[in-house]
Amino acid sequence: MTAPLDAPGSDLGPGILIAERPGIPIVGRSLGQIAWMRLKRDKVALAGGLVVILLILVAIFAPLIVKVLGQDPTQFNSDMIDPATLVPKGGTGIGPDHLFGVEPVNGRDIFSRVVYGARISLLIAFLATVLSVVIGTLLGVTAGYFGGIVDSIISKTMDVFLAFPILVFAIALAGVIPDTAFGLSGDTLRVSLLIFIIGFFNWPYIGRIIRGQTLSLREREFVDAARSLGARGPYIIFREMLPNLVAPILIYATLLIPTNVLFEAALSFLGVGVRPPTPTWGGMLSDAVRFYTVPHFMFFPGMAIFITVLAFNLFGDGLRDALDPKAR
Amino acid sequence: MSEPLLSVQGLEKHFPVTKGLLQRQVAAVKAVDGVSFEVRKGETLGLVGESGCGKTTTGRLITRLIEPTGGKIVFEGNDITHMSQGKMRPLRRDVQMIFQDPYSSLNPRHTVGAIVGAPFRIQGIKTEQGVKKAVQDILELVGLNPEHYNRYPHEFSGGQRQRIGIARTLALKPKLIIADEPVSALDVSIQAQVVNLLEDLQNELDLTYVVIAHDLSVVRHISDRVAVMYLGKLVELADRKSLYESPMHPYTNALLSAVPIPDPKRRVERERIRLQGDVPSPLNPPPACRFHTRCWKAQEICKTVEPPLQKLAPGHEVACHFPENAPAAAAEAAPAAV
Ligand SMILES: Nc1ncnc2c1ncn2[C@@H]1O[C@H](COP(=O)(O)OP(=O)(O)OP(=O)(O)O)[C@@H](O)[C@H]1O
Ligand SMILES: [Mg+2]
Repeated sequence: MTAPLDAPGSDLGPGILIAERPGIPIVGRSLGQIAWMRLKRDKVALAGGLVVILLILVAIFAPLIVKVLGQDPTQFNSDMIDPATLVPKGGTGIGPDHLFGVEPVNGRDIFSRVVYGARISLLIAFLATVLSVVIGTLLGVTAGYFGGIVDSIISKTMDVFLAFPILVFAIALAGVIPDTAFGLSGDTLRVSLLIFIIGFFNWPYIGRIIRGQTLSLREREFVDAARSLGARGPYIIFREMLPNLVAPILIYATLLIPTNVLFEAALSFLGVGVRPPTPTWGGMLSDAVRFYTVPHFMFFPGMAIFITVLAFNLFGDGLRDALDPKAR
Repeated sequence: MSEPLLSVQGLEKHFPVTKGLLQRQVAAVKAVDGVSFEVRKGETLGLVGESGCGKTTTGRLITRLIEPTGGKIVFEGNDITHMSQGKMRPLRRDVQMIFQDPYSSLNPRHTVGAIVGAPFRIQGIKTEQGVKKAVQDILELVGLNPEHYNRYPHEFSGGQRQRIGIARTLALKPKLIIADEPVSALDVSIQAQVVNLLEDLQNELDLTYVVIAHDLSVVRHISDRVAVMYLGKLVELADRKSLYESPMHPYTNALLSAVPIPDPKRRVERERIRLQGDVPSPLNPPPACRFHTRCWKAQEICKTVEPPLQKLAPGHEVACHFPENAPAAAAEAAPAAV
């Protein structure tokens, strides 16, 4: 064999991986389109996604849904309660007016409270996730791209955050924050506070992942290629790297949401979440604990949390498989 | 002899090895350690050496992707060694690099059109009939279907990907192209086509090449001159003919013996030289002649005195105390042999 200079064979010609059919214009399929095709085949993930969409719709249209059924989440229905035992008449109060029954003692409609609870729960989980993703991505990319001492500082900061007893901090903070602060009051203040606490302490998880991805992207030769063409830092970060980070960001954001749902429920359960009478799933659970003889009171908010967390996790796992098949 | 297009003098790159939070330097990887050569306009210089000897680092230094720790790089009379990135920007059009790995050199999230069009966008160059037309012309030039403009890299084979990479380097009509092992990641059957493409493009576009390879067979056909590198240093630099016919450095001999010989009659004459051991670490290279740990001709002097790169014949430089095939006069100049 001489130098391989006169070897036969051709790699020229049309793309080999996609059969070309006459008459069909040549359009490349992006990795996103391929991921969508993979996702469509994953029925479990699709079911999870469907439930997620449904939950979001419920949260958005909560006032409408509740109005249609004619029940207000904070309205007392003493007529539904047996004054002797304080338990709903007939045990649960479930009927055409009260799909999930009523609460003991004051007889509030559980269905409308669960529906409204979705608002608080998802709002806090989503916005806290957005906060974590923004901080995590910014700091992760910065650490990975610049490396050296910048990376050392950011990585050590992440370690500190991860070691922080966030639950204790949340309880303490919720205790000392007055009813009016930062120009906010009532539910708005509590919700903002929860978003801040949950989002601000969770960013290192995504930050670490993005840092690692950025580190490996930086070594890829297409980054060198851009630099050898004279590209500057922002071009490289936004045009070359960020498109490759969208997949991990999406995946970990989707998987962070259910964690945050649980976190918010836990805080509300401990009484440091949004104050009553505003309905939250965690708060309802906390109320229900005192009435273990009335299991439906605990069942519905509990199921709401369970279904939400499961749906997001199933969808997130499917998304990961679709976007990054090598991860398994 | 015409003015060299590129001149590299005593080029050095020592990567610091750091430790701890404060990034204290504890050692240095001497990836490139005093390399000098010239590249003349229109020629092809082959740069050959085993894996890890600093070939890519040399290429990245010349394209100023990394900052040299020593030496000088002069391109077309301009000293670009420590030129700021801002000043370097317009010059980047003239020096381009083809990368080693066609799988990592193309952004998987960009279409072919975006990849080959990036040079225009980054350099802010207006083209007469728009970027798309310019890109499609280049795609055609490198033997790709211009209609593949909207496709993504994962839809192409390795050879096609390397053509896309070549197309990108051509976009700005560079004067010098550093081709870093342009075919080593490709199937043998496809290597020839890509090498031939590089040759055709050179004739058509009046290009000057530095072609990096890890064995002497790949660069044999396209090189006018060949430089052999070992552990960050040049050990031999010669015209193609004299290097392949009368190699002087033992290391070059060893590399050559690994190249298959087409002529069966000559095959018997040459014994395959097997190098002992691995390439030593550039973190702690052997003193004096770096090859002495693996050289069958090594003497005491090789461990104590570093042989300079000396011209022993016209167009033939070598850094060895006991060169082979050296003309008589030159052999006398070198320290007494055996
Ligand atoms: N950024 C870096 N930091 C530290 N060491 C480096 C860096 N880049 C390269 N090196 C080291 O420098 C030496 C030379 O590397 P280089 O990539 O130039 O080798 P090469 O000749 O191109 O090898 P190959 O044939 O494998 O591509 C190697 O030992 C490598 O580990
Ligand atoms: Mg290399």
